[in-house]
Amino acid sequence: MSAAEERLARQSARNGWLLSVPALLLLGVAAIGPLAVIFVYSFLTPGQYGNVVWEFSLDGWISILFTRDIFEGTLGLADAHLTIFWRSVSLSIMTTVVAFALGFPTAWFIATRPAKQRALWLFLITIPFWTNLLIRTFAIMEVIRAEGVLNTALLWIGIIDTPLAIIYTDVAVLIGMAYVYLPLMVLPLFAAIDRFDMRLLEAGYDLYASRWQVLRRVILPIVKPGIVAGSILVFVPSLGAYVTPRVLGGGKNMMIGNFIELQFLAGRNWPLGAALSVTLLVIVTAALLIYVRAANRGSNPHG
Amino acid sequence: MTEAVTIEARNAVKAFGQGDHVVRALDDVSIQIRKGEFFTLLGPSGCGKTTLLRLIAGFEMPTSGTILLDGADITDLPPNRRPVNTVFQSYALFPHLTVAENVGFGLTMQGRPKAEVKARVAEMLALVKLEAMAGRKTSQLSGGQQQRVALARALAPQPKVLLLDEPLSALDLKLRKEMQVELKRLQTETGITFIFVTHDQEEALTMSDRVGVMSAGKLQQVGSPKEIYTRPVNRFVASFIGETNFLPATVVAGGVRLSTGDVVEVATAAMGTVTLTVRPEQVRIVGAGEAGAISARVKFLVYFGTDTHCHLALADGTEVVARVQSPASGEAGIVEGSEIGIRFAPGAAQVLED
Repeated sequence: MSAAEERLARQSARNGWLLSVPALLLLGVAAIGPLAVIFVYSFLTPGQYGNVVWEFSLDGWISILFTRDIFEGTLGLADAHLTIFWRSVSLSIMTTVVAFALGFPTAWFIATRPAKQRALWLFLITIPFWTNLLIRTFAIMEVIRAEGVLNTALLWIGIIDTPLAIIYTDVAVLIGMAYVYLPLMVLPLFAAIDRFDMRLLEAGYDLYASRWQVLRRVILPIVKPGIVAGSILVFVPSLGAYVTPRVLGGGKNMMIGNFIELQFLAGRNWPLGAALSVTLLVIVTAALLIYVRAANRGSNPHG
Repeated sequence: MTEAVTIEARNAVKAFGQGDHVVRALDDVSIQIRKGEFFTLLGPSGCGKTTLLRLIAGFEMPTSGTILLDGADITDLPPNRRPVNTVFQSYALFPHLTVAENVGFGLTMQGRPKAEVKARVAEMLALVKLEAMAGRKTSQLSGGQQQRVALARALAPQPKVLLLDEPLSALDLKLRKEMQVELKRLQTETGITFIFVTHDQEEALTMSDRVGVMSAGKLQQVGSPKEIYTRPVNRFVASFIGETNFLPATVVAGGVRLSTGDVVEVATAAMGTVTLTVRPEQVRIVGAGEAGAISARVKFLVYFGTDTHCHLALADGTEVVARVQSPASGEAGIVEGSEIGIRFAPGAAQVLED
């Protein structure tokens, strides 16, 4: 490489970095800044009418897991909080599993259509994004509520005698979240399956693999990057979901998102809300690390 | 070689499309492939050779007809239950597996014990001389190496028949020549029946025990390379394999009369108008006016190094190409415009019915 070329390369590298400045500014102002505020608030004392008093306190963090007995002042484990954490994590995992179970066949179907039809199918997948999340969630509610479309249809056909009590249960939240986040699973899966060389299927069958073995030993390992991406895109927003559990889960089936809202509004305990927000971030990061590690294990020892 | 039949197709038909647009990719093909032979299906693209291979592999079901393996009907067996393996044109190696894992895939799927798989993989890698590459990803290999992995992978489960779908077409000329020798060696060493699909007539002639020439979904001729080359049964086979001359002729007593009036002695059971075919290297150039020679004039010469193609015109203008050894430097050869005579080597000319 000549000196001039080297200079050019250095220059273009420098210019390339400059291109990221708007994004970095946005990230700084809109993400890191608020995060820092939340982090600081979690170590302060709640104000009487919300907001915070600038007085250091660990109460916000302590009350994530423990409740202080009003009369004796002793600490006890906050079962209700743990239940909410557990419900959030398990519902998010189930949402991811359901979205994958529905999304994989869908993505496979689209990827195996003739090239001309694929654009149409992908377009159809994105249609739900055109409507506001709240409206879509209410639409789901209309389907699964006691006198809703689903129950009316099942009663009419005669499969059931009494309406199914789905609404305001964890199942309702699961249905709603799986529906809302399904496209986020389908799109990366489609991208991965689209790159998959279909001739490998024949190679698999030819080498004595059954259909199931071809799926498990050939297709899934090869499209794994799509599965990982789709799962992350579904799991992360599920964990922080707010609207769906609020509308479909009723008041009692809270998830972390709703619990945080409760602290900032009715609960007037901003430090606890802030500490919960940071906890959610930690759970998401930890879950992603564990997941990505597990997904990479054993698959690619050489690079 | 034994005469036992390994693979047999009986009246195999494969039609694609519906209604008025039905295309018969395979049109009533019956063929017997013997145990342990190197059999080549030769034909231009779209002749149905790959379709026949896919029927044998089980990737396609015949529209009608049956496929037999060692006398048993396997027409309805899925590919994973046929003791037949394929080397794909694109190799179709598994990108997420190492070379060794690719080679062991079939054995693992058959549920063989781990130790056996390991030993067999090592044996196969040695056979294709890739021991050093066992732990590599297939994407780190050259085209020729990938080809060897594909071969080892297909041979590892010791199939009764190995199907090769134009496996050399992606390789450059030098590598292709090497692999031709390699394939022949593997076939001899393993004793497995090879069915090789190609559109390259030279490949077919040099490697095969027998060749099946296909065109338009039909099997045109089956025979040894020599039979196919020297005794083509029709115009298609004669022109597809090697170069040849076609001369219009009519059958007369003791031979055929060419359009020039010359009579060529040749045995034939045909009647009326026929085509006489003779390979360029079987056309001998003699002195003009020699007894029994057909007179011709040299139109032009094309120099090929070892030989020279002499493009000749007979008295009535019919074109004939003769291939002669190029004369050593300084030696007077045949020159353009000279009047000469031609003769066909005994037994070389052959009558094709129109």
